[in-house]
Amino acid sequence: MGFTRETDHGTPPALVTGRNVTLTIDGEQVTLPEGTSIMRAASLSGGSIPKLCATDNVESFGSCRLCLVEVEGRAGYPASCTTPVAEGMVVRTQTERLKQLRRGVMELYISDHPLDCLTCAANGDCELQDQAGAVGLRDVRYGYDGATNMGQPKDQSNPYFDFDPSKCIVCSRCVRACDEVQGTFALTIEGMGFNSKIAASQNDSFLASDCVSCGACVQACPTASLIEKKVVETGTPDRAVVTTCAYCGVGCTFRAEMRGQELVRMVPWKDGKANRGHSCVKGRFAWGYAQHQERILSPMIRASVSEPWREVSWDEAIAHTASEFRRIQDKYGRLAVGGITSSRCTNEETFLVQKLIRQGFGNNNVDTCARVCHSPTGYGLKTTFGTSAGTQDFDSVEQADVILVIGANPTDAHPVFGSRMKQRLRPKNGKAGAKLIVIDPRRIDLVKSPHIAAEHHLPLRPGTNVALLTAMAHVVATEKLYDEAFIRTRCDWDEFQDWADFVSEASRSPEAIEPLTGVRAADLRAAARLYATGGNAAIYYGLGVTEHSQGSSTVMAIANLAMATGNIGREGVGVNPLRGQNNVQGACDMGSFPHEFSGYRHVSDAAVRETFEAAWGVTLDSEPGLRIPNMLDAATDGSFKGLFIQGEDILQSDPNTHHVAAGLAAMECVVVQDLFLNETANYAHVFLPGSTFLEKDGTFTNAERRIQMVRKVMAPLNGYGDWEVVQLVANAMGLGWNYTHPSQIMDEIAALTPTFAGVHYDRLEAEGSLQWPANDAAPDGTPTMHIDGFVRGKGKFVVTDYVPTDEKTGPRFPLLLTTGRILSHYNVGAQTRRTANTAWHPEDRLEIHPLDAENRGIKEGDWVSLKSRAGETTLRALITERVAPGVVYTTFHHPDTQANVITTDYSDWATNCPEYKVTAVQVGLSNGPSDWQEDYAEQARQSRRIMTVEAAE
Amino acid sequence: MTRVFISRDMASVALGADDVARAFADAGCEVVRTGSRGLFSIEPLVEIETAEGRIGYGPATPADVAAILDGSHPNRLGDIAALPFFAKQQRFTFARCGIVDPLSLADYAAHGGWIGLDIARAAEPQAVVDAVKASGLRGRGGAGFPTGIKWQTVLDAPNSPKYIVCNADEGDSGTFADRMLMEGDPYCLIEGMAIAAHAVGASHGYIYIRSEYPFAIDTMRDAIALSAGRIAPFTLEVRAGAGAYVCGEETALLDSIEGKRGQVRAKPPLPALAGLFGKPTVINNVLSLAAVPFILSEGADAYANVGFGRSRGTMPVQLAGNVKHGGLFEVGFGITLGELVNDIGGGTASGRPVRAAQVGGPLGAYFPPSMFDLPFDYEAFTQAGGLIGHAGITIFDDRVDMAHMARFAMEFCAAESCGKCTPCRIGSTRGVEIVDRIIAARETEPARTATQEGTLGKALYSRAPDRIDVSLGAQTTLLRDLCDTMKYGSLCALGGFTPYPVLSALDHFPEDFGAPAPALEAAE
Repeated sequence: MGFTRETDHGTPPALVTGRNVTLTIDGEQVTLPEGTSIMRAASLSGGSIPKLCATDNVESFGSCRLCLVEVEGRAGYPASCTTPVAEGMVVRTQTERLKQLRRGVMELYISDHPLDCLTCAANGDCELQDQAGAVGLRDVRYGYDGATNMGQPKDQSNPYFDFDPSKCIVCSRCVRACDEVQGTFALTIEGMGFNSKIAASQNDSFLASDCVSCGACVQACPTASLIEKKVVETGTPDRAVVTTCAYCGVGCTFRAEMRGQELVRMVPWKDGKANRGHSCVKGRFAWGYAQHQERILSPMIRASVSEPWREVSWDEAIAHTASEFRRIQDKYGRLAVGGITSSRCTNEETFLVQKLIRQGFGNNNVDTCARVCHSPTGYGLKTTFGTSAGTQDFDSVEQADVILVIGANPTDAHPVFGSRMKQRLRPKNGKAGAKLIVIDPRRIDLVKSPHIAAEHHLPLRPGTNVALLTAMAHVVATEKLYDEAFIRTRCDWDEFQDWADFVSEASRSPEAIEPLTGVRAADLRAAARLYATGGNAAIYYGLGVTEHSQGSSTVMAIANLAMATGNIGREGVGVNPLRGQNNVQGACDMGSFPHEFSGYRHVSDAAVRETFEAAWGVTLDSEPGLRIPNMLDAATDGSFKGLFIQGEDILQSDPNTHHVAAGLAAMECVVVQDLFLNETANYAHVFLPGSTFLEKDGTFTNAERRIQMVRKVMAPLNGYGDWEVVQLVANAMGLGWNYTHPSQIMDEIAALTPTFAGVHYDRLEAEGSLQWPANDAAPDGTPTMHIDGFVRGKGKFVVTDYVPTDEKTGPRFPLLLTTGRILSHYNVGAQTRRTANTAWHPEDRLEIHPLDAENRGIKEGDWVSLKSRAGETTLRALITERVAPGVVYTTFHHPDTQANVITTDYSDWATNCPEYKVTAVQVGLSNGPSDWQEDYAEQARQSRRIMTVEAAE
Repeated sequence: MTRVFISRDMASVALGADDVARAFADAGCEVVRTGSRGLFSIEPLVEIETAEGRIGYGPATPADVAAILDGSHPNRLGDIAALPFFAKQQRFTFARCGIVDPLSLADYAAHGGWIGLDIARAAEPQAVVDAVKASGLRGRGGAGFPTGIKWQTVLDAPNSPKYIVCNADEGDSGTFADRMLMEGDPYCLIEGMAIAAHAVGASHGYIYIRSEYPFAIDTMRDAIALSAGRIAPFTLEVRAGAGAYVCGEETALLDSIEGKRGQVRAKPPLPALAGLFGKPTVINNVLSLAAVPFILSEGADAYANVGFGRSRGTMPVQLAGNVKHGGLFEVGFGITLGELVNDIGGGTASGRPVRAAQVGGPLGAYFPPSMFDLPFDYEAFTQAGGLIGHAGITIFDDRVDMAHMARFAMEFCAAESCGKCTPCRIGSTRGVEIVDRIIAARETEPARTATQEGTLGKALYSRAPDRIDVSLGAQTTLLRDLCDTMKYGSLCALGGFTPYPVLSALDHFPEDFGAPAPALEAAE
């Protein structure tokens, strides 16, 4: 297929009213929903009206004046983009008079536009060029000796795109995309009339401005004025393949626009149901890591981690891996080995890794990175609702009247959904915006940003989530704001009453817990009332909820609130975990936990086990296996000796780095499959090169349970897709697999997993995506869960008593550290640090309140030491009131900092999810990197040595 | 103590009224500052209260106090209302202006104020809208859209809240009626807005006044504060503009009130359905709203009985430019342009022959004396290739260069264009360039520069500087084509009406563009 842009109907679809009108366009009778623009109507019925300022992801604007049409009975020439269709209307879009007017307008455009089409980066992909052709402009009679906007300098400050004002036609599409789609309001028009110019912030460079580089403006630009640097370098693409982003759990779909085997750009796919044509700086631009020079393409092995790596053939690496695992099992027993699946890999790959372990290793020692992020979500929602997933699709937010965000920072960590949320928070078309409640220790961007202001921000002390949510429940119960009818039909009334009695105790009132949480009781009461009575109320939460010693309790407290107020089981409400990684939902679904098969079925369930045993031809262990922290404990104890790790960097991402390092060091065979020599690979004996999401077929499942296709757009540089490598290992261990395409793996998943029974590649190809459960009971998938009843039957109220964490501040460690992400980086940064995203965030910084900084003599940018009971590191300070006094914050994107040296072994009581979000620390001035950081850097350097192979000749 | 009436209107003050007022106060008189009567050749005007009524003297200076007080001053005008300039008027809207103390609630009530509001509030909203419809009142800002129909749309709109917005961004050169009314009779506008609010169900209103009118802004703010109790529960506030002409365009004005860059919005949606903050909004000119109290108090018929064709009621015409008797002249529609310019205005101030009159502000057409029999009527002016606009008439004598005036129209548009739509944004600048070429070529047809006949010239095609045809004929054709694109392609009246002065200059005064003068009309 050749390259064509997606069809642009010019204006967004009309708001659904259910009423249609019939009109005549150029002699053809068409029937369309009322409110549709004439332009869209013409486009949908196969015509095309010339246009430049109209594009269907922003509201119509009516400025270019190319789309004028004639409407019988109306004076003048209305713009078809801003004129809605009407019953009986007779429209003509092509008359001699219209041609004359359009040519007149185009002649003006071209009188102030360079005529360097042949050498222009947008040559062949330029709407101005197309429309000049379409209106038949042949001459510009104005000459080129008059006023001009040409010849202005380019702004090339952004690492991914250029702004060339000389090519700008002032259509405002970029400004409108920034406002309406992204919601950053970074762009504006400076000046008036002929001198109107696009400006970023107050005439700053794009990089220095408020621009977040989401790419919406570049996508919207009809000319070469805003264009990807990669297109400037490479030329226009010649084909496009739709695939799914491999960054966060939003699951944006993109058109990977290719020139041969070279990726030219990623353009968000308008039909993608998760992102609706929008993107963020990571998915849109930060994919250069796939070709980064540090990527390892050859397998490597070594006998000990003190030796340099030795490149070997795939055959040798695979055979060595298989023999090592067999050797260890022979020597130390069946349970001495295990594996970790990756939330970065596809469902199919994840399924194969856990199958390798259960079928090949003969045990259940499999775990996944969800252990350290959303395992409490799985536990909490399964206990209360009956299924381990969010209840809504993203579209649901459009029906919300009240949005409660707790422990999540969507504009940084889930930026595309964050923008969607902001769209709903702003008033639109005369409809008031939704009201927002933010519960977070930090003043995240959502609390106050252009045209957005939270109704309530409850800046609680880290670690007091359960106390705060219980106090909200106290208000709901004591002020009788609960939905009795919902509770009586959908839940167990006696359980509710037990719960209500518990939360109603005076000791759980907002006033009583104010000293604990630091949140003013009046604010908390007002927020609780708003949530309970403000209409459709939806909760969105992130790792600020789960990564605590009471993570599972917090999830259940959230579920209790939603059930008590009847905010579950329809559009616009629900409990929505914002999943961190692209496929963390899928990895959990695929049976990556030591106690569960795919579809969250316990390994002790004999009936379930039998279906797998029948399919795989082995006897399966009925005992749950080891979780990641247990594996590491067992390793330091000497009983666990071999680990297969696919696509995860536990040394950097897991808490208490010293303990992780000790566990890895105690093993005899650590296999790391990854793109890069990550931190964990410093302790590995076998390195199997991984493939990127661009190099293989498969599926990812996003935070709304949406299963979407990942498509191979180029051949794997390392030679194999990750699923193929796992199959090679399995077969070397004698398992006899013979998958020739990931679709066959999905067929096996569907056959063995009731919630996935209807999921097959042909349907995904045809429908774009499916939301599980997708089976005979829900043939079209399930956008909203628990509509007629909870999956578990009756919704279960669980009493959640606040138990303070054992991690406490004191004289030695008076501050509380909490950690998180930043927009431009992703998790441990393995990918984003290898892209130009470092322009925005070259290092981890410690956010500290001016008061705490002043007490310690710390100035902006000073090196400071950050000490906890677990360890010490150094980094530079960023003084900001975004954090409250007593709280400090940092990100964990850079291995030089190793924020997890600081974090402790405390973890969730139910799931062992680490308590990343609360660490008692002290901060003081420092001269530079700590001894540990220097030792670590040296160890990493030693460990990353690769023996150069002698030239054969 | 002698009561003396002296205008505090900005125009009177500019002519020295403050000094005159101070002199009378120093002489022990009680000075009442009023609005202006509206004839600037007699300003500063002093009216002395006597047993026979007010006796006017003007123009007056501080040195004239004694002579005026003893009745010996030569500039004695007698009863101002009896002067021909005033006797010929039909002052429906400006009845009180120049007579009352603008901020005196007692004066306002004594001169028929609040009657219209009381009648309106005693009636159903629909009845008020019906009365405005029956009066035939049309938008006095220039578009001439029937006011009652606009109100009906807002009354019927389901959304709420609703707003009343008064457009007092009087930016047309040569117009001053809005300012005079706001400075001279602010309660009249407030009453009109309160009636509109009752008619459509609005509870809050805005008056958007250009920043160049500091007196009007102060007067309206004071008047709003003083009359708050009278118009409650309706509330009002003044918003000051920031100097952009385009903010007089109603949708740009709404954006400006919302705190945005003043850019024209595409219609639909109509402001009546989705206006200020996306809510149903009545947006009317000062004169439209100020006409409403009369319609309610005197009855729709009293208003509609005056007028011409579909233009009913009166229009406060403003005479300016090179004119002998400049000022405000409120009269029923149908009076001819010639009567206004020659009889009322008294011809040019310079005494030279009138060559052109521009009607409707900087975007209005220029008419030669041969067309002065045009009746003042929306339809007649449209048919003649012009517009009434805000009824400002600017008069020029025979020294005017109409090519320069055409250039001025384009230049004005270029300076004031918001930059949203292409025909106005680029077209106005190109228009200036074209007229400059015409002016340059008027005297001597330009010699074509030696063309690069070689391959390069061909290859550069329209890019080659020497490719464009700068002859008078080609540039005049291009100017007409550009006017066509701007007139029919522009988003709002700024770009859309700029062709009126340009084309009328081209059509009626071709000799100024290097073409032969039009043949004289066949003598009747």
